Amino acid sequence: MPTALAPSPSPVPAPPAGDETPPAIRPEPAVRRAIYRDMVLTRAFDQAATALQRQGELALWAPSLGQEAAQVGSAHALGEEDWVFPSYREHGVLQSRGVDLKQLLPLFRGADNGGWDSEAHRVHLYTLVVGAQTLPAVGYAMGLALDGAAGAVVVYLGDGATSQGEVSEALVWAASCAAPVLFFVQNNGWAISTPTRTQARVALARRGEGFGVPGVAVDGNDADACWAATAAALGRIKAGQGPQLIEALTYRLGPHTTSDDPSRYRPAEEEASWMARDPIPRLRAGLEEDGQADADFFAEVDSAAAALAAESRRSCLGIEPPDLSTCFDWVYGTEHSLVAEERAGVAGR
Amino acid sequence: MTAAVFAPTGAEAAAPAAQVGLGQAINQALAAELAADEKVLVMGEDVGALGGVFRVTAGLRERFGTDRVRDTPLGEAGIVGTAIGLALRGYRPVCEIQFDGFVFPAFSQITTQLAKLRARSGGRLSLPVTIRIPYGGRIGAVEHHSESPEALFAHTAGLRLVSPSNSQDAYDITRAAIACPDPVIVFEPKGLYWSKGQVAEPPDGAAPDLSVLNRARVARRAGETGGGQVTLAAYGPSVPQALAAAERLAEDGVESEVLDLRAISPIDFDAIAESVARTGRLVVVHEAPVFFGAGAEIAARVTERCFYLLEAPVLRVGGYHLPYPPALIEHDYLPGPERIVAAVRRALDF
Ligand SMILES: Cc1ncc(C[n+]2csc(CCOP(=O)(O)OP(=O)(O)O)c2C)c(N)n1
Repeated sequence: MPTALAPSPSPVPAPPAGDETPPAIRPEPAVRRAIYRDMVLTRAFDQAATALQRQGELALWAPSLGQEAAQVGSAHALGEEDWVFPSYREHGVLQSRGVDLKQLLPLFRGADNGGWDSEAHRVHLYTLVVGAQTLPAVGYAMGLALDGAAGAVVVYLGDGATSQGEVSEALVWAASCAAPVLFFVQNNGWAISTPTRTQARVALARRGEGFGVPGVAVDGNDADACWAATAAALGRIKAGQGPQLIEALTYRLGPHTTSDDPSRYRPAEEEASWMARDPIPRLRAGLEEDGQADADFFAEVDSAAAALAAESRRSCLGIEPPDLSTCFDWVYGTEHSLVAEERAGVAGR
Repeated sequence: MTAAVFAPTGAEAAAPAAQVGLGQAINQALAAELAADEKVLVMGEDVGALGGVFRVTAGLRERFGTDRVRDTPLGEAGIVGTAIGLALRGYRPVCEIQFDGFVFPAFSQITTQLAKLRARSGGRLSLPVTIRIPYGGRIGAVEHHSESPEALFAHTAGLRLVSPSNSQDAYDITRAAIACPDPVIVFEPKGLYWSKGQVAEPPDGAAPDLSVLNRARVARRAGETGGGQVTLAAYGPSVPQALAAAERLAEDGVESEVLDLRAISPIDFDAIAESVARTGRLVVVHEAPVFFGAGAEIAARVTERCFYLLEAPVLRVGGYHLPYPPALIEHDYLPGPERIVAAVRRALDF
C-alpha cells in the first residue's frame, strides 16, 4: 500500500495504557480540592448550558464535557501574573481564573460577541477563528518580556488548530523571540468529525520540536498530571528557557457543539472507553484515598454546583438583546463619519 | 527669499521646511513617534539593518535599538498577529508589510481579530496598531508588487484606511496613524516614495493632528473665483495623475478642482459634496479596479447626496477587472491624465 495516505500510528489519544509516568510533583491538598471544585462547577455549568441550548435558549453551545482535568488542572498552575489566551471551549480555564461563567451566555445566546473584562482576570476573549488566538498570545508574551514583567502566557488550542498555518507561525515567532509562552494543546481526539490522525502524523507533543519549542505529552484526564506538567513548564519558561508545548491527551465526551452528531462518525465503544476514564470521579477517588477531602467537602461542592446551574439558567433567561444603535458605539475609539451617519440613521428609524 | 518674511522669529523659529521625499518623510515621522513614545515599535521583514526594501525605516534600528525596531520572521500573519498581542499589552506597533500583494496571509488577523476586538470588548480593548503597506504601480515591478487592495479592507468595520500623496501628508498621516487609538492601514504610494516636497515638522512635543485621518484636502482650486466645471477626486498615487489631467484641461479652458481624499475609511463626503456643489460634475480616480472599488462607493453616495447638483453621472477611472498586468504595459492599465481627461470630456458632454 502506498504510504502517503496510509493510516499512520494514530496520534489519536490512546485508551488507558496505565503506564503514564506519575507526576514528579503534586498539587498541595488545598489546590487539589480547588481543582476538584472548579471541575465539578464547570461541568454543572456546561450541562446547564447544553440543556439551555436544547430548549432553544442558546444559539449554540460548545461543551467541555470530559476535558475538565486538562483545563482546570493546567489553569490552577498559573500565577496571578500569568495570562490566558483561550479558544472557544475553555470554560474550565475561565472558571479557574475566577471569570463568572455566566458571562459566557450572552455570546452563545446571540446577545453580544463575548466581551468580558479580559484585564480583570487576565483571560483574553474567546476566539471562534480556529488557531487565530495563538499569534496575539505570542505577541502578548513578547510584550511581557519587553516589559521585564514576571508573567507568562498560556495559549489554549485544539488538535485541529495545530493544522492552521498561523499556529506554525506562532511557534516560529515564539522560538525566534524566546517569548514566555506555553502552547497547551488539548488533543481531544476530534476536530468536529475529523480525527487527529488527519491533522498530525507525528505526536503533537513533538509538533514544536522542529520550531525550537520543546514539548511533552501528559494524560489530560489526570488533573494532578496536568497541573504538574503546566507548573513545571511555566517554571522553565519563567526561568528564561523559552517557549514550551504541552499535549494533553484527553477526549471530547460530548458532541463538538450542540449542532454536531458524533454518532455519524465516532464509534460508541471509543466513547464508552473514555467514559470509564471520566476525570471527575478519578480525582475524587484520589482525594478520598489520600484523605484530603471529606463528605462535607463533596456535599458543599455539589450544592455550589447545583446553585451555579440554577443561577446560570436564571441569568440566561434574563438576557435581553441589545439595541442595534448601541452596536455603533465601540467600532472605533475615535469619531468615524460613516459610523456616525449610520448610527444617526438607525436612531431615527 | 519671500518665505523668510512669514517665518516665525526668535526662540520659536521652526526649522525651515526642507524638501524631502515622501518615503523620507515617513522615516522622519517614524523617528519622531519612536522618540516621543517608548511604547512605539517598528516591526516587519527586513526593517532593521536594511531599513526595509524601500529604506523607509533606514537608520531607525541604529537609533532606537533592536527591541524597538524589530526584524521579524518572514510571515505576515505573524507580523500582524503578534502586533495585536503587543498592542493588548500597551505597545503601539507599526507593522511594515513588504509589498501590497503579500498582505493576504495577514488578512485573517486584520479582519477577524484586529478590526473587531474593540467592538467585541465593548470598547475595553484598544488596538493602536499601524500597518504600513507600500502599494500601487508605476515602478515597473514584477507580479504581486503593484497592487491596490484597499477596497478589500475598506469593507471591514473597525479599520481606518488612509493614503498620502505628498511628503507633508505622509509625515502627518504617519504620526497621526501611530497616535490614533484605532487600527490604521496606511497605503503608501510606493511610486511616489522619491517625489520631493516640503515637510514642516511641528514643534517638539506637539501632539499629532488626527483629523488628517478623516479629511480630504483641496489639492487644486478651480480658477481664481473658485468656480469650475468638474471635480476630480483621487487619493495616493492617483493625485499627481489627476493634477496633471487638470493642467491639460486648463490649457483647453476647462477648469477643474482636484480633491485629495487622503482617507479611504472614512471618506470625507462633506468635502466631496462641497466641491460638487461648486462644479456639478465628479470624476473619481484610483488605481484599484473600478469594479466594487472605492469609486463605486463614492459614486453611489454622491448620487444620493447631490442628485440635484449633478450635471452628469459620477464617472470612474481606474484599473480594469484583470489581475495586475505585466509591468511593461502597466501604463495602459493605470489611469493616467489621458484617460482622466477623456472621462471629463464624457462628463461635459452630458
Ligand atoms: C479558521 C476556522 N476554520 C474552520 C472553523 C470551523 N470549526 C470550528 S471548530 C472546528 C474544529 C476544531 O478542532 P480542534 O482545534 O481540535 O478543537 P476542538 O473543537 O476539538 O476543541 C472547526 C473546523 C473555524 N471556526 N475556524
